[in-house]
Amino acid sequence: MQRRHFLIALAAWPGLLPSQAAAVSFPPVEAGRALIFPDDYGAHPDFRTEWWYATGWLKRGDAQALGFQITFFRVRTGIGEDNPSNFSPRQLVLAHAAIADPALGRLRHSERAARVGFGRAGFAKGRSDVWVDDWRLTQQGDNYQASVRGEDFSYDLTLRAKGTPILNGLQGFSRKAADPRHASYYYSRPQLDVQGSLTLAGKREVVSGKAWLDHEWSSELLPSGAQGWDWVGINFSDGSALMAFRLRDASGNPLWAAASLRSTGKIDQFFAPDAVEFVPLRSWRSPRSGIEYPVEWRLRVADQEWQLQALIDDQELDSRRSVGAIYWEGAVRVSQNGQPSGDGYLELTGYGDKIRVG
Amino acid sequence: MILAPVFLGALGQRRMATLFSLFAIVLGVGLGVAVQAIHEAALNEFGRSARSLAGDADLRVIGPASGFDENVLEQILKHPAIAEATPVLEVEAKLAGHEQTLQVLGIDVFSLVRVAPRLLPSPGEEAGRFASFAEDKIFLSAAAQQHFALSLGEMLEFQSGTRSVKLQIAGDLPGVIDGQRLAVMDIAAAQQHFGQLGKLSRIDLKLRPEARLEAAHAALQSMLPAGIQVETPDAATDQSANLTRAYRVNLSMLAAIALLTGAFLVFSAQALSVVKRRSEFAFLRALGLARNTLIRWLLAEGAVVGLIGGIFGVALGYALAWAALRLLGGDLGAGYFAGLQPELEFEPVIAVVYVSLGVIAGVAGAALPARQAADIAPAQALKSAGDVMASQAGVRPWWSLGALLLAVAASLIPPIGGLPLAGYLAIALLLAGGILLLPFAAHALSRLFSCFAPSLAWRLATARLVSAPGYAVVAAAGVLTSVALAVSMAIMVASFRESVDEWLTQLLPADIYLRAGRSQSSAYIDEAMQKKIAAVPGIKSVQFTRHEQLRLAPGAAPVALIARSVSATGAELPLVSQVAAGTGPKLWISEAMADHYGWHSGQRVNLPLAGEQQVMQVGGIWRDYSRQTGAIMLDLTTYQKITGDRRINDAAIILDEHTSGGELAGRLTALAGPGGLELAMPGEIRQISLKIFDRTFAITYLLEAVAILIGLAGIAASFASLAATRRKEFGMLRHIGVSRSQIGWMLALEGGLVAATGVIGGLLAGAGIGLILIEVVNRQSFHWSMDLHIPWLGLGVFALSMTTLAALAAVMAGRQAMRQDAIFAVREDW
Repeated sequence: MQRRHFLIALAAWPGLLPSQAAAVSFPPVEAGRALIFPDDYGAHPDFRTEWWYATGWLKRGDAQALGFQITFFRVRTGIGEDNPSNFSPRQLVLAHAAIADPALGRLRHSERAARVGFGRAGFAKGRSDVWVDDWRLTQQGDNYQASVRGEDFSYDLTLRAKGTPILNGLQGFSRKAADPRHASYYYSRPQLDVQGSLTLAGKREVVSGKAWLDHEWSSELLPSGAQGWDWVGINFSDGSALMAFRLRDASGNPLWAAASLRSTGKIDQFFAPDAVEFVPLRSWRSPRSGIEYPVEWRLRVADQEWQLQALIDDQELDSRRSVGAIYWEGAVRVSQNGQPSGDGYLELTGYGDKIRVG
Repeated sequence: MILAPVFLGALGQRRMATLFSLFAIVLGVGLGVAVQAIHEAALNEFGRSARSLAGDADLRVIGPASGFDENVLEQILKHPAIAEATPVLEVEAKLAGHEQTLQVLGIDVFSLVRVAPRLLPSPGEEAGRFASFAEDKIFLSAAAQQHFALSLGEMLEFQSGTRSVKLQIAGDLPGVIDGQRLAVMDIAAAQQHFGQLGKLSRIDLKLRPEARLEAAHAALQSMLPAGIQVETPDAATDQSANLTRAYRVNLSMLAAIALLTGAFLVFSAQALSVVKRRSEFAFLRALGLARNTLIRWLLAEGAVVGLIGGIFGVALGYALAWAALRLLGGDLGAGYFAGLQPELEFEPVIAVVYVSLGVIAGVAGAALPARQAADIAPAQALKSAGDVMASQAGVRPWWSLGALLLAVAASLIPPIGGLPLAGYLAIALLLAGGILLLPFAAHALSRLFSCFAPSLAWRLATARLVSAPGYAVVAAAGVLTSVALAVSMAIMVASFRESVDEWLTQLLPADIYLRAGRSQSSAYIDEAMQKKIAAVPGIKSVQFTRHEQLRLAPGAAPVALIARSVSATGAELPLVSQVAAGTGPKLWISEAMADHYGWHSGQRVNLPLAGEQQVMQVGGIWRDYSRQTGAIMLDLTTYQKITGDRRINDAAIILDEHTSGGELAGRLTALAGPGGLELAMPGEIRQISLKIFDRTFAITYLLEAVAILIGLAGIAASFASLAATRRKEFGMLRHIGVSRSQIGWMLALEGGLVAATGVIGGLLAGAGIGLILIEVVNRQSFHWSMDLHIPWLGLGVFALSMTTLAALAAVMAGRQAMRQDAIFAVREDW
């Protein structure tokens, strides 16, 4: 049937043959393509994978600290590109959100996933706006609105940005390996002022704090040897900000690393792999998965050193039902020379199974 | 306990009579248990599978079999009561080049996980991350993989329309219950491959915890287009239970009749045995045995027969159920539960209930004879062992008339809870009326016969019967019951078979029938293929038919819609009621539609098509023997104009004069790939249909045979035990010069007359019961009418042979007594 169908299509549209025959092609990520705003705030649906990732620290009325996190993934599956069905799973939106609550001792976590269509999920071009069901991250000028409705928590937060985005790597071209094919377009917006409301266990309260927003898209992110990555984004109390990540191979050795530092009154600085060092100091084993995560670190970028310490040890996040990974993602306190210097968010992947993206 | 051998031992002395009673009770209990156990197993399995498919869904949105507009999903998702809504496209997919079909669900994994996680596919090791979305992959339950002998990585070829689609098995469905044959694939791929773009079969809903079910149900129903219903997930189980209830109750009634026959046999055996043992009882009474103790022991005799019959019956029932499930499936081949493998489970409660029913039948049969035995005065009984069985001649005929009148009244009562309960009451009353009338009729008949006196044997026989003694009435009642049972079933089955035959002839007027496959959802004929068929040389005319299923009311079973060419008068349909031609579109409904929805000829009704209510007039009511939940016929052009659906499922082809069926069959099958089109000649369809019919009614033939045996056994048992008590009489007759052959003739005539009385009564009662079965029981249970066909010849032969056999049985039974020396016989009591 397919063959005959194909021949009929061919007779009608001689030009269709090459594109029909070729597998779905994803655009490559190339150095030298300048990021243009506001266009690049929006979605890039041709690329395989894209995410908007907001993390931060919230203060409750009693001055107690909480961590929060929300991630929206957009995935182009390469499946059903020429299926006329409205359910065709060409684009998926997956989201997960968490609250790190020291009073509870672990994460409150929730996730959503849907294919784009039927009013279930979608994204916009030209500005950051991505949603699935009643979860949404949407941008109005320099303001981002994040709404999450989990089973045992929900929040509506306004994230206010000051200043331009940090264009990580080479003007937003962020390499993930020695081979430049493995790269993403990547910018960060640090030091976002947060105002909003949080509902925990049915009780609504007003909260405020500081947040960090990442937006990254790519078609071929990870080299095949990568087992996982360690990433951290820090808002320092003096208004400066640091992003650092490294990729590890199966034996835990670094494959690649990078860092971006924005200091008040200076131009943004970017660091090569050899200037970035992650040293684990203490580990915690998850009683649920049995996976061991380093929850205390020494981070060195060029000639500066910081200590990272988890807000709570148990910030393991099981998103196997949506994103398909189990990893550690949580709030960390940052200190320099024994003095508290800022609040950050740390992401540790690939400590159990190998991480997969897209 | 010392008395146990005296009483229970008596059962062993009349082995044949005991065995017959036992047999009937075993059969009754066995049939009842089998029906119950099979049905329980099938319904359990159906419910279990329905629940596992529905998962945690609170409500389900369901529409016509061909699906409904997918945009309903977006509308539903906007409703504030909805926590999750998962769309499902269900296709009964035909395997290419196979008779078999497999239920394929097109699903969306993301929403499914929150509603029915048991249906989630589990991709194999090799499958990629998005395997559950893949266009060319499918996931099979373990039972389906086993059934089709397929494993991971292999290809499965389906028929879609008249073409084929190949899909690779990429994993299994670990959450699906054992034994359920099911396949799951991505909804987008399913829509595309099975030609269902834009369509959904159902949407399963989960409500927010704070939402109220009834309010949400009503609100959702009101916002949906016509023909789409909101149901609770157990509605499917309820529908299947309702659908099979009439079938099950009717089979249980057959079991009850067998059990009743068992009780009657115990009664006749006990009655005669009590007469034979009169002096024995008198002796025991004289020795001081209390009256109540005697009654209890005699009841115990019946109970023992009932208990043994019950135990064997339960064993037989489970054996039957096991065999039937193995061979025919959970619906005994009636097609109610497809794709399931029910497992038989031993239910102690059912076993106990049915063994008790056996015991009750035994005790009930023994009750009257026990009372009679206890009422005998010992002194008198010790002196004479003659026939003192209480004469029934005094029974008042108006009791019988009352019962018959009540029977007529009961047959007019409408179904109770969808069941013909009053119909069965009418049958019982009719039978009771017939039996009560019997002594009176026997008396009158013997009187009539005694007016002629062709021979001595004749005079002797009629003289004896004029007094209508108890034994004769008991024997004749047995004959009446069994003849009535056999005759009524013969009339009903003959009427049914004839009507089905005529109906098939009327519905299948063409020369060749063609269809894409049995599955109406995946096997269809598209417009291009329709043109090709019509263009095949040798065809004089071709008529296409589209099959669809509509949902007319929430919770109600789907109704079949048959769109084909129908004339303005519907004259070519098997109509039972018709209305004068009116204007506007017409539809033609089956009798079941009229019963379920109260529609009548000429009425304007709403038919939900293409998401809107279409007003149409009921043009007439036609007879339909194949769709118990109702069928609607509509002209194909009207259907296509409203729905825009151009697909069809089958074609009826009339040949031109120069072409043979064989030639054309070859040309037609060559149009599609192998197995793409199925052909059938009307003769074949008729033959297959009647074969299925005969198989379905095989059990009634068995029951008829049993009934006849029981009637004959009753005569034989009566005369055998009477022979003993009449030795004195025979001796006396021989003494005064009556020859042995004359006594033989006398016995034959007596037997024949008793049987003839029973047979005549049985024929009359049987005709009445047959009418009730046709007009009340069938009409109310299955919603179809039939024309009365009485198999005159068969009944005549049956009546004559029954009478002759009864006469023979009487002679054989009496032979032993006749052989005795006359002197001894006369002297015996002195």
